[in-house]
This record gives sequence, C-alpha cells and structure tokens, in this order.
Amino acid sequence: MKRFTDLYLALDGTNSTAEKTMLLVRYLDSAPDSDAAWVVALLTGNRPKGTGATGILRDLCLRHTGHPRWLFDECRAAVGDLSETVALLLPAPDSATDEPLHVVMRDRVLALVGASVASRERIILEAWSVLDADSRLVYHKLVRGGFRVGVQRKTVAKALATVGGLDLDLVVHRLVGRFRPDPAEYRRLIAAPAPGEHLDRPYPFFLARGLDGDVDALGVPGAWTAEEKWDGIRAQLIVRRDSVRLWSRGEESIGAGFPELLAAARLPPGTVLDGEVLLWGDAGPRSFFELQRRLNRRVAPTPQLSLFGEESARFIAYDILESDGEDLRSESFESRRGRLERLLADHPSKALAVSPIIPFAEWSELAAIRAASVERGTEGLMLKRRDSIYGVGRTGGEGGWIKWKVDPFTLDAVLVGAQPGSGRRANLHTDCTFAVWDRREEPARLVTFAKAYSGLDRTEIESLDRWIRANTTGRRGPFREVRPAQVFEIAFEGIQRSSRHRSGLAVRFPRILRWRTDKPASEADDLESLAGLLPASEG
Amino acid sequence: MLLEPTAEGLWCEAGGFHVDPWRPVPLAVVTHAHADHATPGCGRYLATERTLDVMRVRFSKDLEGTPIDWSEPVDLGRCRVSLHPAGHVLGSAQIRIECDDEVLCVTGDYKREADPTVEPYEVVPCDTLLTESTFGLPVYRWPDPRAVFGRMNAWWRENAAAGRTTVFLSYAFGKAQRILAGLDPSIGPIGVHGSLVGPNSVYTRAGIELPDVLRADADSAATLAGGGAIVCPPSATGTPWIRRFNGPEGVRMGFVSGWMQVRGRRRWRAVDRGFVLSDHADWDGLISTIRECGASRVGVTHGSSEVLARYVREMMGLETFVVPTRYVGESPPTSPVPADLPGDGRGEVPGDGP
Repeated sequence: MKRFTDLYLALDGTNSTAEKTMLLVRYLDSAPDSDAAWVVALLTGNRPKGTGATGILRDLCLRHTGHPRWLFDECRAAVGDLSETVALLLPAPDSATDEPLHVVMRDRVLALVGASVASRERIILEAWSVLDADSRLVYHKLVRGGFRVGVQRKTVAKALATVGGLDLDLVVHRLVGRFRPDPAEYRRLIAAPAPGEHLDRPYPFFLARGLDGDVDALGVPGAWTAEEKWDGIRAQLIVRRDSVRLWSRGEESIGAGFPELLAAARLPPGTVLDGEVLLWGDAGPRSFFELQRRLNRRVAPTPQLSLFGEESARFIAYDILESDGEDLRSESFESRRGRLERLLADHPSKALAVSPIIPFAEWSELAAIRAASVERGTEGLMLKRRDSIYGVGRTGGEGGWIKWKVDPFTLDAVLVGAQPGSGRRANLHTDCTFAVWDRREEPARLVTFAKAYSGLDRTEIESLDRWIRANTTGRRGPFREVRPAQVFEIAFEGIQRSSRHRSGLAVRFPRILRWRTDKPASEADDLESLAGLLPASEG
Repeated sequence: MLLEPTAEGLWCEAGGFHVDPWRPVPLAVVTHAHADHATPGCGRYLATERTLDVMRVRFSKDLEGTPIDWSEPVDLGRCRVSLHPAGHVLGSAQIRIECDDEVLCVTGDYKREADPTVEPYEVVPCDTLLTESTFGLPVYRWPDPRAVFGRMNAWWRENAAAGRTTVFLSYAFGKAQRILAGLDPSIGPIGVHGSLVGPNSVYTRAGIELPDVLRADADSAATLAGGGAIVCPPSATGTPWIRRFNGPEGVRMGFVSGWMQVRGRRRWRAVDRGFVLSDHADWDGLISTIRECGASRVGVTHGSSEVLARYVREMMGLETFVVPTRYVGESPPTSPVPADLPGDGRGEVPGDGP
C-alpha cells in the first residue's frame, strides 16, 4: 500500500504527462501482477462503487477526535475533500504495517460492501491502525468510491505499451470497456497480440474538436461534409456472427436498454458502425433529458415496442469502422461514408438510419443552417474532412472532425453567495450562486437560478475570493451570502423549469464567461428575460 | 475594553497609542515587521530593537522609533506596556498591556515550535488574550520541523544529483532565514533573492548563524544552476529572473508554508513540492496558548476567526469576540481587487509568513 500511496501522491503532484507515464511504468514494472491489475483498474475508472462508508468515516473520526460536527464541516470546506479531512484530523498511528494493494482492496475495501455498520466500523478502525497518514487518505478515497487521479486512459495505455513492448493502439483497444482487476487480465493486457482478440469490443472512439475561430479558416468548403450534431449517446454497434452489441462512448455496454436497436441490426457479421443513439418522437429527436431517463432504466423494457408509443430509439449511423471483418479506419471518410450508404440503402428498419449529409456550397450557407439547429433539435453541426481517417481519441486524422455547436445562451447575473470549492479550489470561494432580478414586485428582489464554478482564471478566482470574504453578509456553515454587487456574464446550454432554485428555472451547464466589473448590480438581467429563453413548449 | 477597533486599527484610549495600525497614526506599538502589521508613516514607533532594525531596512533609515527591551515595562498614559517574545520571526513580540486591574495580551503572529532563528515564545498570563488564528482549524497540525528540514535537504540532494536547480519559495523575512538556517550547505551552493539581503543582515547582526549565501544574480547563475538551492519569494515564480538559474535538467520549485498541509493548496500553487513549515501556531498551539495564558476572554483575529472563537466559546467555555481584520469592508464594488495583499494573497487569511 505504501508504494501505491507514493504513486498516488507523485501522480497527484505533477502536471507532466511524461512524468506520469514514467511513474506508472516504474510501478507496473516492479509490482506483482495482482497489484498492477488493481492500479490499471483504478486508473481507468473501474473503481469499486462507494461502500456507503462516507458517513461512517466521518462519525468515527468525530468520535476519535472529540470534535463537534460543525468544526468538521468547516475543516471539510477548507480542505475541499472529505477523505483528506479525515486523514488530517486523525491522530498519527503508533505503527504502520505495509500490506500489498490487492490485500488492502480485498480485506479492507471490498470487505465493506454489504457488511453491517458494526463490522464496517471495525474494518475501518483496523485499517486506521495499520495505515500511515498518507495511506489513510488514499484508503478513504478507495472506500468512498471517489478514487480519482489526474491520469488519462491514454497515459495508462502508454505505460502499459512500454511495459509490454507493444503498439499503443493495440493497448488502447484492449483497454476499452471496464478492466477487471485480475492478474490474468493484467497479463492479457501486456501479452503479445493475438488474432481476433478484439471481437467483442468497440474501437477507440475518434473524437471531434470544437471549432476554434472562424469557419472560413477551414478552407475550401468542398473538402468538407456537414451533418447534424446529434444530442444523443455516441455509440458503436458491433455485429458479430452470434451477437450484436451496443457500446457507448463511455465504454459501457448499453444494448440491454435498447433491445429494439439490437433487433433492428440485421447486418452482415463483421460490421461495426459508429453513430448516435437517439429517442425519436413525432417531431424528430427528443431531448437528451428524455434519453437519459431511458438509459437509466437499467432493466430492459420487454420488447413490447408499443410501450414507448411513438418515442422509439434510433441508431443514426455516421460511420463504418469495420466491414466483413476488415478494419476500415485508415480509409478516407468519404470512402467509408460510401460504404455506409450502400450498406444501409435498403435497410428495412427505421430504427437504423444514416445521418444525412447536409449539402452546402458556401460557409455562409452552412452558418444559416447552423443558426437554426435548435429548431431541428440538434446541437449544431459536425464538419468532417472528406479525406480524413478515423483517428484514436483526439489524435490521428488531425482536425478531421470538428464540432460547430450553436452559441450558448448568455446573460448578466448578480453574485449572491458562494462556498469553497473542492480539490485545488479548496478554501477558495469558487462555487458561486447567481441570481437575476424579479421585477414583478416592488422593490425588485434577486432570485437564484444557477450555480457555477468555472470560467474564471487564477487571478480572478483569487481576487473574487478576497472580495467575497470581505463582503460577507451572512454565513450558513461554509456558505457565505455576499453583498449583491458583482455582476458576471453567465453562459449556459439550455433552460427548463425546476424547483431547485428560487427563480423556478434551472439552466444546463452554466459557467462564468466573464466578470462584468463595468456593470453595477442594478443593471443585471431580470427573470423575465431569463424565462423568455424557455423553449416554446415550456414557456 | 482596553483596545477598540477603529478605522486605523486597534486603539488604546487609556494609553494613547495604536497596536499594529494599518494607517499612519501618531504613536504605534508594533508586534513585528511584516507588512500587514507594520505600516510606514507613523509619527513614532515602539517595538523591539530587531523589529525596528527590519523596519528601517524595509521602510526608511530615519524611522522615528524607540526600542523596548524584552519584558521591560514602559508607561504610556495610564497603561504599563511590555513586550514578550512571540517566536514568529526575529524580534516578533506579544504586547502586554496592563491598566488598572486588567491585563490584556496581543499575541500578534506567533508560534510555539522550536526555531533557532528567533527568540522562543513565552506564555504571557493575562485576563484578555487577543490571538491570531491564521491556522485556526484542527486540520493544521504541524509535523516536526526537523523532519521537514530532512525532507527539504533530501529533495535538494536528489535534484542536485539529477542536474536540476532547487528553488524554495518563501517569504523574504522570517521564513526565509529559518530555511537558510535549516539547509545543509554541504549539498551545494545557496543563492538568495535580493529581497532577502536586508533581512539576512539584520539576523546576522543579531548573532543568528546563517550559512554563507550568494546573491542570486547574473554573476552567480553559473554557480547555482543545477546543484544549487535558491531561496526567493513566491512572486519570483515564472519571471525571467528565475529562468536564468535553470540547470541542465531544469528547475524544481518547492513551496514552504503551513498551507502546504492541504493538497488542494499545493495543487493550486502548481509547484513540484510543498513543505509544511509555518511560523504561525498550529491548532494545537493556538488551543494550548489560550489554555496556558489563563485568560477568561479571548479575542480572535487574522484568519479563521469565527471558527476558533466558536470553538473557544462552546468547547472551552470562555467569553470570546472577533476582532475585525484589515481589509473587511474596504474594497469598493467597482474595484474588486484590493491592492497590496498580505502573504499568500488569499483574502482575509493572511499568508503564512507576514
């Protein structure tokens, strides 16, 4: 555990990808396979689900230290992380023993799952008695299920490729899906390549980048194709001789939630399509909110399709990655697109369709189409270079796929309160609550509608924190109410009715665009203009 | 009460003086020479000789100041005032004020740990204690400074072996000299930023032993690059000045501060290493000080004031009050960035140092 703790702290302490890779290689090279397997699992996001021990950790810590609960909460706000808070508050252990990571995982983490409160307390107290302060921090994170360290999958793949002397793409492909922390699985990761080994797994998804700057800069319009940017779930449909699978871009198998799509995929074995899963209603694609509800319904609705009425799922295909078992990713998009259209030309089911190409001659023409995206229920446009290959993640096929999303909504709001953030924003008041004026009554009052915590740079965050501390008008624990004086331009993607905020409205992905130091609070926007942004159906 | 908060700072009516005022006043009694406690422009200063020395180096040679010896009472108005070591930086004092039957003690900034570069802290029995609370949360409990110096030297040795220059970021007066005294000069040459030169000379004149250092500049760059250690203020980060000391394998930055106890702070600073070394009392130091001085009323200022006050009131059963800090209510809404921030630049929480 000591070595893993050191690895965690070292990874956490550096921003250099090269150094992170080096640290991982060093660890994997010398650790037993059973520990290495756990490291790969933990760093690729297959961490144990929470063991429900957060409350127990806190209560045991309070009992151990004799501190009142409110003091714990103040500490938690200053540290920005409950696991670390508990580790810092506990007295140092008398002696620490060093157990291998996989033993800690088995006996002190996984053993908590489903155990009674009393035995969970006993397990945790025992763990505290053998772990030093740093290892306790890591242990708490493992126990709580929030284990995260700033290492990209790609970095893990690079380290594994180095350890196994393998091609990076091969390892990336092997890592797709949830990695099981098993020594045999670990050996499979770094083993020599075997034919047909990827059959069940999706290809690493090729990701688009956002349009940076002016669309004209992309050059000749003729070199590009345009499609809708669908607001659904990106997925690969994999058709094998005896199975059909649907894998989301989050690398989860989601086919069980969409039986009608699996049923509709009557295609030649050895076909892999890339596309978007959408819910389709009378008036076209339904919102992402609706789709998410369906996705969360873990158990598949019995294939009584009528259950969903007119709202059936569709797989809108926009690429073909494999045909007759042949990997097509290094072909040009134009050629793959031709194959895709031929393949689905006479497909009998409406549930499987090709994402239409939007014809355009001039960028200005396309800009007009993009401006009306919201009315078509899409997020904007996707631009794909005709000659681009299908890359891996954000690399390969340089600049081949570009998303050109609709501009977000923006308005000027008043800062009314804030609390400290988490992680590196601990003790900095960065979780801000914003309000607009409700002028239906005299005098007008401020009603909250959004919380946002990103968008300011370092210097701004620090000076805003100072201002908040100096202008606090009330406190509820770590939350500070402030004098309503600072105005911020807030951007967001969508808006809906909600009881979460006093305004009765909630927005999607709110973030701070800029600090309007030029504007007094009285000139911020009002509730009427915010409500005016509701879609007609909700207005 | 003997001291009242005013726009200029804490005012003692009975004695006719201010304590650590933040605007120019006729007569200032000063705990120590950090910028958030000592303000230039006052008519006359009463402080320890070391504090006046540093203020003369930092503000003006002709500063009007009367040195007061440790524990030697001076009569001001109806008050007897004396200074007692606070252990924060060289010359730092607690101010004991006695008037009629009441004794009040202003701690200024202080620490309880051993530090060979300062006069050791002394408990001042009093009725009312006015304590700082920079690290007034129980998550701040300091590791043994000897162990921290061990880690700092080991890190320097490791960097030097790899051809990387080592940089310790620290406040120029107090913490910097404590670091210098704790570094192992056998590892390599030590360089200091220009802002350390004045304070260093005050320490040396006071008989505090510091290792031989080079002024880090164009002439010493070749000597320091790679195997050397440089002590400089955090503001030097990212400047062309610091880049000239790059070793063959670059440079590693370590931030030396009590704030480094918390990972989030380390990551916010984006430094390579954080070393937990503070010149302020940690939680245990604050609580034991309050207990040992025997005060029945405790005023809290400078930091986690509300939290510490509530703890002292609810858990220790003492009367408490919060003393306003310097910047509260001073920034107009149109200019949210107050100029000249102390220390860490993190709001009312002054840096670990000043």
